[in-house]
Amino acid sequence: MSAVSEATCQEDVECVFERPDAMSDKPLHYCPGCTHGIIHRLVGEMIDEFGVFDRTVGVCPVGCAVFAYEYFNFDSIQASHGRAPAVATAVKRCDPRRFVFTYQGDGDLASIGMAETIHAAARGEHITVFFVNNGIYGMTGGQMAPTSLIGQTTTTSPAGRSEARTGAPIDVCKLLQSLPGVAFLARVPITSPKNINTARKYMRKAMQAQLNNEGFALVEFLSTCPVQWHMTPIDSMRYIDSTVTHTFPPGIFVDRVDTSGAPSASSCVEKEKSLP
Amino acid sequence: MPRPLRSSEKRLVKGNEALALGAIASGVECFFGYPITPQNEIPEILSDLMPKLGRVFLQAESEVASINMVYGAAAAGHRAMTSSSSPGISLMMEGVSYIAGSRLPCLIVNVMRGGPGLGNIAPSQSDYYQACKGGGHGDYHSIVLAPWNVQEMFEFPLLGFDLADRYRMPTIILADAVLGSMLEPAVVPDVFSPLMRMEKDWATTGRGTRSHKNIINSLLLDPVELCAHNELLQAVYREARREIMVDQRFCEDADYLLVAFGIAARVALSAIRLLRKEGIRIGLFRPITLYPFPTEQLVSAATHVRSVFDFELNSGQMLDDVRLAINGHCPVEFYGKMGGVLPGPEELAGEIKKRIRNEGDIL
Repeated sequence: MSAVSEATCQEDVECVFERPDAMSDKPLHYCPGCTHGIIHRLVGEMIDEFGVFDRTVGVCPVGCAVFAYEYFNFDSIQASHGRAPAVATAVKRCDPRRFVFTYQGDGDLASIGMAETIHAAARGEHITVFFVNNGIYGMTGGQMAPTSLIGQTTTTSPAGRSEARTGAPIDVCKLLQSLPGVAFLARVPITSPKNINTARKYMRKAMQAQLNNEGFALVEFLSTCPVQWHMTPIDSMRYIDSTVTHTFPPGIFVDRVDTSGAPSASSCVEKEKSLP
Repeated sequence: MPRPLRSSEKRLVKGNEALALGAIASGVECFFGYPITPQNEIPEILSDLMPKLGRVFLQAESEVASINMVYGAAAAGHRAMTSSSSPGISLMMEGVSYIAGSRLPCLIVNVMRGGPGLGNIAPSQSDYYQACKGGGHGDYHSIVLAPWNVQEMFEFPLLGFDLADRYRMPTIILADAVLGSMLEPAVVPDVFSPLMRMEKDWATTGRGTRSHKNIINSLLLDPVELCAHNELLQAVYREARREIMVDQRFCEDADYLLVAFGIAARVALSAIRLLRKEGIRIGLFRPITLYPFPTEQLVSAATHVRSVFDFELNSGQMLDDVRLAINGHCPVEFYGKMGGVLPGPEELAGEIKKRIRNEGDIL
């Protein structure tokens, strides 16, 4: 339990909400209205829930979540831009008892790191990918991403993204759907308590896929970037529900996860020999 | 770490095969690579042996992925390596910079071929600058070992990993197309002792019962902090100078010194034998560690010589380090061939004789 939650949870008061043990006390640096904080918390909750804290290795991206390792209490590796799936592949293969996940944005995963993403999925690597898609390069100042919507104004598409000049946004879930190595693939907007609960459900499956040694698992979060979208946080969430989901429909794309025996945090120790 | 079982029997072995078996003997836990000529025997042999020994072999989707897999495995505390050839090594340079910046040990093998660009698959030494001066971005170095025969191709993976682990920095074995492809008698056992994993308290193994988390990272936004980190790296590089290795032959009575590394030093030694038959007292100075460069050793070997010759299969890249060491003390002459051309001992000896005859001009 973190120092902050200990201080705030007094003996005569029932503690109903606290920071997951997997998360550190460090205040998040994210902009107001950004959903990285929510998704970080969900990751922390999952690590606690599955009891894999002591054998988790997180792989952080280049992008807004570059400091993700500061906010978690487990071991983390900072990968170069786009290469997190390659880094995670090696960490997992060298010791399959580990729980290994990557946390990546859309520029990292779907642009510069597309080869690493597709090949890790194609090999059916036993890793879990948390993919935060806000359709823009947030950290570098709001440039066009491979997932920017047609017509979206960014600092490198000032007249709005043109399909004729820059192609259509890449639907990562659809793209990966055809690969037999993928065990779980789903997309969820982080726009309401209901959707956040759906995100939890998807993340549990994506965790279980790895613990069952079933293959590559990815959850895509449709995420906000109020600052670079030039919208209020509320409007950003409404924009996802009203507009972004038309290009990126939420739902489950692949689900081959066996949840009959779930949750079983120890199952990957038992099955450690069954490499992909 | 495991050592190869003793065997004194010499057999004919190909350089790349010796290197692959040497990697197994060095206790490598995982290999990640992408096909490229002229080093393909290394991944081919390891793809067979590594799984049989319960170790990891993975053919990556690219050299970029390979080096990042090495980064991940090294971060998690494993002996990790890759092998490639010049164009593939160029692709890895960003990753090597991250590995150096994060202070991770690993082994990178470059079986050099002719460049620039796609070049050819003939022997070359034109990646000396890239290997020895950093190669990627930032102020960093790798330990660079230059084998000159098949025996050293077998022995240097173990040496390379030991040095990499001692200083927490990458080691590069800089071979070439001849060393990789030639058959030579060597003592290369193919039975190995079991793997023993080295404890690394900084590694991101998964936290286990450790009281703190480990982070592998090269991001230091505060300039003062990054400056201090760079100072630490430079201190490590200075410390690593104690590992300098040199092979000196016929140097005691030498009037002239011939400096060469790797396969070029083999040609140089043959040329020296020819020249000595003609009464020219010339010695061989072969740096085994190209980085750290044997500056003091060269200064002391060259104290009483009339001039120094440098022979390389490039345009004169090590020549910079030779000249910095000699520092005007005596003339430094260069002879080299590029593009995969390997001059014979007669050609080199003839060139040296010509320059000696013109010594008046040199001096």
